[in-house]
Amino acid sequence: MSKEKFDYFIKGEKGKYEVVIGLEVHAQVLSKSKLFSGSSTKFGADPNNQVSLIDSAFPGMLPVINEECVKQAVKTGLGLNAKINNYSVFDRKNYFYADLPQGYQISQYKNPIVGEGKVLLDMPYGSKEIGIERLHLEQDAGKSIHDMDPSNTYVDLNRSGIALMEIVSKPDLRSPDEVNAYIKKLRSIMRYLGTCDGNMQEGSLRADVNVSVRKEGDKKFGTRCEIKNVNSIKFMQMAIQYEAARQVELIESGQEINQETRLFDTKKNETRSMRSKEDAHDYRYFPDPDLLPLKLEQKLIDDIKKSLPELPDKKKERFIKEYGLNTYESNVLVSDKEISDYYEEVAKLSDKKLAATWMMGDLFAMLNERGLDISKSPISAKHFAELVQSIKSGEISGRIAKEVFEIMLETGDNPKKIIDSKGLKQQSDPKELEKMINEILSKNKDKVDQYKSGKEKLFGFFVGQVMKSSGGKANPQLTNEILKKLLNG
Amino acid sequence: MSLDKEKIKHVARLARISVDEAKVESLTKDLNSIFKFIEQLNELDTDKVEPLTSILNQSLRSRKDEVNDGKIREKILKNSPKKNEEFFVVPKVVE
Repeated sequence: MSKEKFDYFIKGEKGKYEVVIGLEVHAQVLSKSKLFSGSSTKFGADPNNQVSLIDSAFPGMLPVINEECVKQAVKTGLGLNAKINNYSVFDRKNYFYADLPQGYQISQYKNPIVGEGKVLLDMPYGSKEIGIERLHLEQDAGKSIHDMDPSNTYVDLNRSGIALMEIVSKPDLRSPDEVNAYIKKLRSIMRYLGTCDGNMQEGSLRADVNVSVRKEGDKKFGTRCEIKNVNSIKFMQMAIQYEAARQVELIESGQEINQETRLFDTKKNETRSMRSKEDAHDYRYFPDPDLLPLKLEQKLIDDIKKSLPELPDKKKERFIKEYGLNTYESNVLVSDKEISDYYEEVAKLSDKKLAATWMMGDLFAMLNERGLDISKSPISAKHFAELVQSIKSGEISGRIAKEVFEIMLETGDNPKKIIDSKGLKQQSDPKELEKMINEILSKNKDKVDQYKSGKEKLFGFFVGQVMKSSGGKANPQLTNEILKKLLNG
Repeated sequence: MSLDKEKIKHVARLARISVDEAKVESLTKDLNSIFKFIEQLNELDTDKVEPLTSILNQSLRSRKDEVNDGKIREKILKNSPKKNEEFFVVPKVVE
């Protein structure tokens, strides 16, 4: 793969500006019950039906931590190559909002459960390491619904108290493309680990985006703005583009950038100041007196480490080595655990390289078109492998394979049965082919003469005729060889 | 540390406590003398002492990941000043 150069700058009138981005990703922990209460975390329940007296902050209720959520955070930390802290503390982060019944969020401030780590990104200009500052556990807030009533806001506390992992990156990202790669990588790692489903539509993965700009070559960071709660990669990218351009404009017109919290308006494609959050940074953190410090036995951490599955980076290397794939193919096929599992099943039963090509081509196109995950693929890995093998062995051509693929989709039959019952086997007998080609040539004497007098483009016409009269079953390679021999001989 | 009147008003706003303008003066005085009393603690050298989060010599109690609570919407909504069958209803808050 040719290496491109990194080139994402905002061009102002007075020069080029580099964009500096840091992300605070909020990932919902996969667990049955909430971080400090026994209510369900299931998405899509009736409003306020998964709320306990703890989640709604009734007086006198005490939080008790869910041990599974702790393990999930440790697992994620290990997946991010991060330091796990044996000692961490829960703090109260105080702010006032209708969907936060406690008036504070239980979070971790000075002593998070996970410290520094790193994530590797494969960019067109090479691999890039993004630093992780920390990961901490905290409670999610409830949900405010503004569009059901013109004069009131409705509050649903089902989400209140679900465990979140806040994953804070270092300000190492430099473009919307890198943000895209970073979020996808985090998502992929957490899905491999089974610690977060990464479902952005359901809000399981959201991010606060910190953006600043500086003149190319400057060492000092500019003043940053924080764009709150962006819930899709596309919106993150749009918000960054808008915000960076806004900041450059301010700088060039000699104005100051206020360090502030902004929100991204998806309808207007702009960010704007959130005045209501003026006091937001006055959180008055203090250790939660209802919770003792969280101490982790080293054995627990070691045991979790031993149980970790193979993660995307390792699997990618293995796919390159074991299956002879290139970096691109390997990256695509390991991006999702289900995809990699499907591929390995197919590769075990058929040609490894051809399997990758056909999966990334026709299979992905079909899944995409139908909006299906690979786990719901109408074609099983076993059948798909048989199809790949039929192409590899020369039994059918690539063109016929596409036809068989369509019939497999419709009928669910295995490719062998389809090839046999429809008589789709490739014609690979040289004698038969030669006979057919001779017939075609004698029917088209005029074209043969034209070809021989130099109109070589007509070669394609002859190939077409052979395919037509064989119903597409003539072995393309043999056809080419025989045609060349007969026409030039 | 000493507090001025502005700080008192700010803290009151953060805590959602309404403070009479007439009372700000005396509140400032009272709170400052309380702070002065507490600040005696600063005489102690704590440079080499780890911050203490709890005085209990116990570790955090935990629970298994089981769903055993919820489905008590009526109870949850009961004390709300304004509600409908499903939601808490609050004054419009829109950015």
